[in-house]
Amino acid sequence: MNKRKITVAVTGLNNIDSPGPGIPVIRGLKESESLDVRIIGLSYETLEPGIYMHDLVDKVYQLPLPTAGSAVLKERLRYIVSQEKIDVLIPNFDAELHNFIKIQDELKVELNIATFLPSQTIFDERQKSELGKFGEKYGVKVPESHMINQVLEIRKLEETLDYPMVIKGRYYDAYIASTYEQASTYFYKVVAKWGYPVIVQEFVTGTEVNVTAIGDGEGTCIGAVPMRKLYITDKGKAWSGISLEDDELMEISRRVIENSKWRGGCELEFIKTKDDEYYLLEMNPRFPAWVYLANGCGQNHPEALVKMALGEEVQPFTDYQSGKMFIRYSYDQIVDISEFQQISTMGER
Amino acid sequence: MKPTYESPIITKLNAGMMNKFGSRTEYTPVKSIDNVAVADLMDEYGSPLFVISEKTIRQTYQKALKAFKMRYPKVQFAWSYKTNYLDAVCQVFHQEGSWAEVVSGFEYQKALRNGVPGNLIIFNGPDKSAEDLKMAVENRSLIHIDHFDELYMLIEIMEEMENTKARVAIRVNMDTGVYPQWDRFGFNYDNGQAWNAIVKIIAQEKLQLEGLHCHIGTYMLTANAYAVAARKMCELALSYANTTGERVKYLDMGGGFCSSNTLKGSYLQGADIIPTFDDYAKAITSTILQFGFRPDELPLLILETGRALIDEAGYLLGTVLATKRLADGRRATVLDTGVNIMFTSFWYNHRISPAQDFSQHAEETALFGPLCMNIDSLRESVILPIMKKGDRIVVHEVGAYNMTQWMQFITLRPNIVMIDTKGDVHLIRKQETVNTIVDCEVVPEHLAKHNL
Amino acid sequence: MKIRKNIAISENGFIFNPMTGDSFSVNETGAFILQKLKDDESEETILQNLMDEYDLDTYTAERDLNDFLSMLKGHQLTTNE
Repeated sequence: MNKRKITVAVTGLNNIDSPGPGIPVIRGLKESESLDVRIIGLSYETLEPGIYMHDLVDKVYQLPLPTAGSAVLKERLRYIVSQEKIDVLIPNFDAELHNFIKIQDELKVELNIATFLPSQTIFDERQKSELGKFGEKYGVKVPESHMINQVLEIRKLEETLDYPMVIKGRYYDAYIASTYEQASTYFYKVVAKWGYPVIVQEFVTGTEVNVTAIGDGEGTCIGAVPMRKLYITDKGKAWSGISLEDDELMEISRRVIENSKWRGGCELEFIKTKDDEYYLLEMNPRFPAWVYLANGCGQNHPEALVKMALGEEVQPFTDYQSGKMFIRYSYDQIVDISEFQQISTMGER
Repeated sequence: MKPTYESPIITKLNAGMMNKFGSRTEYTPVKSIDNVAVADLMDEYGSPLFVISEKTIRQTYQKALKAFKMRYPKVQFAWSYKTNYLDAVCQVFHQEGSWAEVVSGFEYQKALRNGVPGNLIIFNGPDKSAEDLKMAVENRSLIHIDHFDELYMLIEIMEEMENTKARVAIRVNMDTGVYPQWDRFGFNYDNGQAWNAIVKIIAQEKLQLEGLHCHIGTYMLTANAYAVAARKMCELALSYANTTGERVKYLDMGGGFCSSNTLKGSYLQGADIIPTFDDYAKAITSTILQFGFRPDELPLLILETGRALIDEAGYLLGTVLATKRLADGRRATVLDTGVNIMFTSFWYNHRISPAQDFSQHAEETALFGPLCMNIDSLRESVILPIMKKGDRIVVHEVGAYNMTQWMQFITLRPNIVMIDTKGDVHLIRKQETVNTIVDCEVVPEHLAKHNL
Repeated sequence: MKIRKNIAISENGFIFNPMTGDSFSVNETGAFILQKLKDDESEETILQNLMDEYDLDTYTAERDLNDFLSMLKGHQLTTNE
């Protein structure tokens, strides 16, 4: 079959021990049976390993850090498309998504770059601090959680929540507290780092199971593959995992994607309790770093996303193989300093 | 011709610390404001120099007004004097149709001097003296009562005033789901205090409850908090109507809308995360419209937003006094624009642009003001093009609060000019002289002389 | 002050110190001075070269050169032989 040539720009080339999703996404795209994909890597730092992976990444440009704002980002992309056309852009970092979502329409109209991102509204709805409302609205169980501004409110919550309870920052960090003393210590720790409010959450025990999924934005779940981590690094990242067969988990995941009309890739993190109940802990608004497992199970999510971004209709995947494993490994690339020099001084290679 | 000179720099390339894209910089020089050259302005009016764009004020005001008027039939803005009470600035807002919103006797006097009719002045704040209140009653101004002590004081004052009624509203505070909750101003809604105050007012013959006022916070990043506030205000208005058979004439939703300045500690740029006027307008007006008032009984909607209307119209022009190396090798740039005149630099990372061309190279630098005081630090670290002594800079979005909260500390306050809509420049506040300060001082006779 | 012999300076202002593994970038003026140092020019000569090359007064030239040399020293790119 004659493959169609397109160019896709991808961020998240930090394929380190807590990897970004960029390289796994690129591998999925490179294995597409209908698309011949040229990859433009977009990097933030000069040592992102993907910059130097010539067999996967055809050309690299540095992007301004998300803190520089969306106007500067757009200017940089304007320069890049003056060099070569970008058909589709897939952002893979949490921190950059806000800016990309904000300018997604302008990218399409002004620079002819297609993206496939959720709307700001749905993106905001699944923020950690809003999880309770999100669960209620889209029909999925979530751990009971409360937002508090004063440490004494923990005392009040003791009436409904048992220890241990989870003390979480608005954006990151979570601590498990077994006593009021611990809880109040974590409260102040979280406040110092992330400010108010602090999230106090019910501690749900069980097995963690994750789902990588993709929605078409119209209420159809195009694909979903569940996975359980088999081995984690000291940073809690999956080092190895296995695809599961779990109809109920699939059903719940599809429901979340369908009801929220999620557009694009995402990762759903669940806890499965001893009583076989599923609690949604978090919804990450982008592909997970283990998204290549979906490809290995028969669902090429990155390829589906690119096709939808280009306006093509994509049929939902109906099947995947369970019992497929991924096992990560690290690999030392040998790079001449001239390449590092190139990206450092010119901002592209 | 010789190539343009630029100070030599060497930057260590740290893994993980890579600046922007290679060594290119994101800045563009700002050489003019409303087509008036920055260099000409500084040559004529000195440095530092505040510049206000009348055009930007009017455009911003119209944008805000339109956002609300498109959605709601009765809208009135009241200019928040404390945000910027330069007479010229206030007059632009009054010409556009804004009433005056003041929070002290001083500001009240200023509004009267500016020719604002007394009945179009809203008097807010916790500090109103008996004299202030009398004056406000006589002028038929809208008195927004902040606490019970003020309410009782007003009742006492009214006992002595014949044939007149005071037009009042109460300031209401409430939980809108945002932190911090501004519960130090006004009467609390959630615990019933606000209703108690209303009941007290209803019982007073000489007090006429005209409206309800709230002001839920400052730099509000979530428009939805205004929807919560508007609903609670409507509830109060409904209770009042059910109890008395009368309607309140207006709901004053206060201010607190963001400008696009970036707060210190914010990861994303202010411009990327702040709600628009449309977002705020939608949250407020849809709540009131859907609450169930009869169309002909909809209350007037008053807004007192200050910052979002004036911040962008203000610029501060300054000059590099010196550049130096700190002990750890970092560059430091000393500017003549210090925290004394840039009060908002305590909470914003103001955008700063060079006012002349520069090369693509940039260097990390700390920015200090001119004061001989350790507090005078504008930015701990910012990446700027290489600048040398005498170079000029433009600080953006300083229109709100700086020209009212500035300090006469160590040095004198500079000129302020306004560029009108035709591009003509007007001096609107003269730089202070030594006399401006010492004229207020009195030296006791025995200290008049010494023998040094 | 002399620049270490094994320091590599590339055309686009990239400096690599193979002894420490550090790399740096310099702007054009910086590259100009570094090249003169490599050519074993004295500080006095470099100062004069700078003023010949650019439109520059002695005060600025001297100040900037001293600052730059102190940065080079701080980054361990120089020897005092």
